[in-house]
Amino acid sequence: MFDQLKDKFQSVFDGLSKKGSLSEADVESALREVRLALLEADVSLPVAKHFIASIKEKAIGAASIKSVRPDQQVIKIVHDGLVEMLGGDAAPLAVDVAPPAVILMAGLQGSGKTTTAGKLALRLKDRHKKKVMVASLDMTRPAAREQLRLLGEQADVGVLPESDTETPLQLANRALQMAKLKAYDVVILDTAGRLSVDEALMDELRAIKQATNPHEVLLVADALTGQDAVNTAQAFHDAVGVSGIVLTRMDGDSRGGAALSMRHVTGMPIKFVGMGEKQDALEEFVPDRLAGRILDMGDVVALVEKAAAAIEEEEAMRMAKRMASGKFDMNDFLNQLRQLQKMGGLSGILGMLPGIGKMQKQLNAAGMDDSMLKRQEAIILSMTKKERVSVGLLNASRRKRIAAGSGTSVQDVNRVVKQYQEMAKMMKRMGSKAGAAGLKAMMGGLGGGGAGGAGLGGGMPSAGQMPEMDAEAMKKLSSGLPASMGGQMFGKGGLGGMPGLGGLPGLGGHGGKSKRKK
Amino acid sequence: MSWFRKLTDGLKKSSSKMTESLSGLFTSKKIDADSLEDLEEALIASDMGPHVAAAIARELAAVKFDGEADADKWRLALAEILQQKLTPLEKPLTVSSDHRPHVILLVGVNGSGKTTTCGKLARKFQDEGKSVMLAAGDTFRAAASEQLQGWGLRTDTPVISGEAGGDAAALAYRAMQQAHEAGTDVLIIDTAGRLQNRTELMEELAKIHRVIGKFDDSAPHDSIIVLDGTVGQNAIAQTKAFAEVASLTGMIITKLDGSAKGGIIVALGDDFGLPVHMVGVGEGVDDLESFGARDYAAALVGIEADDLPQNTDAEDKEA
Repeated sequence: MFDQLKDKFQSVFDGLSKKGSLSEADVESALREVRLALLEADVSLPVAKHFIASIKEKAIGAASIKSVRPDQQVIKIVHDGLVEMLGGDAAPLAVDVAPPAVILMAGLQGSGKTTTAGKLALRLKDRHKKKVMVASLDMTRPAAREQLRLLGEQADVGVLPESDTETPLQLANRALQMAKLKAYDVVILDTAGRLSVDEALMDELRAIKQATNPHEVLLVADALTGQDAVNTAQAFHDAVGVSGIVLTRMDGDSRGGAALSMRHVTGMPIKFVGMGEKQDALEEFVPDRLAGRILDMGDVVALVEKAAAAIEEEEAMRMAKRMASGKFDMNDFLNQLRQLQKMGGLSGILGMLPGIGKMQKQLNAAGMDDSMLKRQEAIILSMTKKERVSVGLLNASRRKRIAAGSGTSVQDVNRVVKQYQEMAKMMKRMGSKAGAAGLKAMMGGLGGGGAGGAGLGGGMPSAGQMPEMDAEAMKKLSSGLPASMGGQMFGKGGLGGMPGLGGLPGLGGHGGKSKRKK
Repeated sequence: MSWFRKLTDGLKKSSSKMTESLSGLFTSKKIDADSLEDLEEALIASDMGPHVAAAIARELAAVKFDGEADADKWRLALAEILQQKLTPLEKPLTVSSDHRPHVILLVGVNGSGKTTTCGKLARKFQDEGKSVMLAAGDTFRAAASEQLQGWGLRTDTPVISGEAGGDAAALAYRAMQQAHEAGTDVLIIDTAGRLQNRTELMEELAKIHRVIGKFDDSAPHDSIIVLDGTVGQNAIAQTKAFAEVASLTGMIITKLDGSAKGGIIVALGDDFGLPVHMVGVGEGVDDLESFGARDYAAALVGIEADDLPQNTDAEDKEA
């Protein structure tokens, strides 16, 4: 249904990137696509407009700078702008106060207040070691109090005894009294769902707030919400002064743009996201993740940044020089393994790519986890300095010694050597083509989006090579990386441009086995 | 109070109502590019989605008037376009006496208002002189069964419920048996809310749907998705996924008495053409109304429904 933003970006930027800079008109048409993407992601119109206006100048400025990939610069500015707008001012829940800390839950009907109250109670009890009580003030929805009581019992926290004759305000007062009397650290007040246009019920909420003087007023809102998010958030904020937002149903597949709207109009942080129906499915909010989701681009930008940060400038220059000379020894290989680990290992990298969850499990099942990187590191470390520089020295007895020294088998050692040889070959080829280009430029080749098809570059087993690889996941993996990141530099070979990612040394080992099938 | 009033009141109270954003647009005979964009934006702000909004704006731009055009004429023209699009979706929920029980299955994501709608539907059919039975098919959410029983008490309707965490399909089957034995006219089966990307839960729903068909292969006679009126573009993904596993026959849109405008109805109509049976406009047991394209189009644009032609006229013209 939704065209992916990156595809549109691709068409907008088609051919432009070769120029090395973008015109103001180019950027404007790109931002129009961003605006459309935001609207499709349910970001409220005024907020979408505000956002575009806020990043426009920056984007035009960045695009005019000669850079390797001005289109990526613009994507990054959009992404960073979103992260900034979504995040910031993150404050922990104000529960470390003179007890009892009062948390008031408010929101529309069906937004998930009661479920969230239960989840929050469990979290505060388990992680913050608080003595928690939940109290339902919902006299409207049938069995709402029963629901909170059951959730409270499941979380093993205190529950305010029910009463059929009290008003919500009376219940709130009684909850506070009981919390003081029984020395609860935190009391969570769940309220009935109400529409922001219902003046009588909004007045009631105001009165409850006044009487209980809560330390936190959490607006619980559905991540599936559309354009109305601004109205609802504004109305609740005006009425009771929201201190934070809880976004529920983030485990759904909505793009979650409502979060941006609510964050913007209230100026209050998104404190938690609901990630499922189980009682522990409440997570802290990660702005990067949602930014990628709103743009429908995964966390690719974070990946690029992480890669850039992990590879220090100096090291990059050194590597670039070596590559230019076509030299590549075991020490370089070791460096790459370590860089890969610095970037969070395989799971860290894969985790940042959209649609990869399922595949990651398969990779783990195939033994392709981060321990493989550690093993390979151990093998290289068990080599002598001479061996690392002249791999040709590695005869059978030396390999046996290395295996024993690293606690692996000779087959493992052979595999590392073979991988090394493949990579060295690749580096040589690259060296002759790439010249003295810096590693930063090579980032452009992060994705092997060319004919090779394997998303992460040459060393990554392609869909055909990997048994039982979910074709869809694979497709997502390769398409998840902006096509613009495809390795122009290294042609259509699908060779990943970045050492360390390009060859994905940790993955090659497995590929060796299935390659025979080909 | 009619639902049109409630809807209009809701829209009036909301801060960025479409009527306001529209009033500035229609001053000249031709819509210029800026006005067109403003109009598109106003439609987007009602949750129609950028593509449908653009299509409607284009349609309006193509309207030709005899003589002088003014704001009122433009507004009326827009409302008529919407009315035309929505009229085919009008289809009140009726039960036939061919089946006893006539089985209605309610599905949807969490918190959309399924259980509340069950209660309201029970009252509606009782008012029509039918006997009704409710089945608490949400065996998952804490106190969901109690909530439906609450509605059962309120409407004096028997509620079939099972153990918490029990097999919802088995419960649906048992409810079918009991409704059949009791000669009940209408059986309304509530189900647990589920997000459409949860494959295992969607499979469970498919099973419930299948099992109902085992008892009576014409059942469920209505398979209805309950959508929250505040929902955004994800409603399209929801409807698509639920249509696949539960062979949807219609929709009910809830919470339309708030500030949300429910423009997603227009987008959904475009994509799926499923009838909008009812709209939920409050928490009271009677706050469920038949959907009227004419009323809705008028409320959305901010004119009186009387200014628009009767739907029957429109149909006659077509025929």
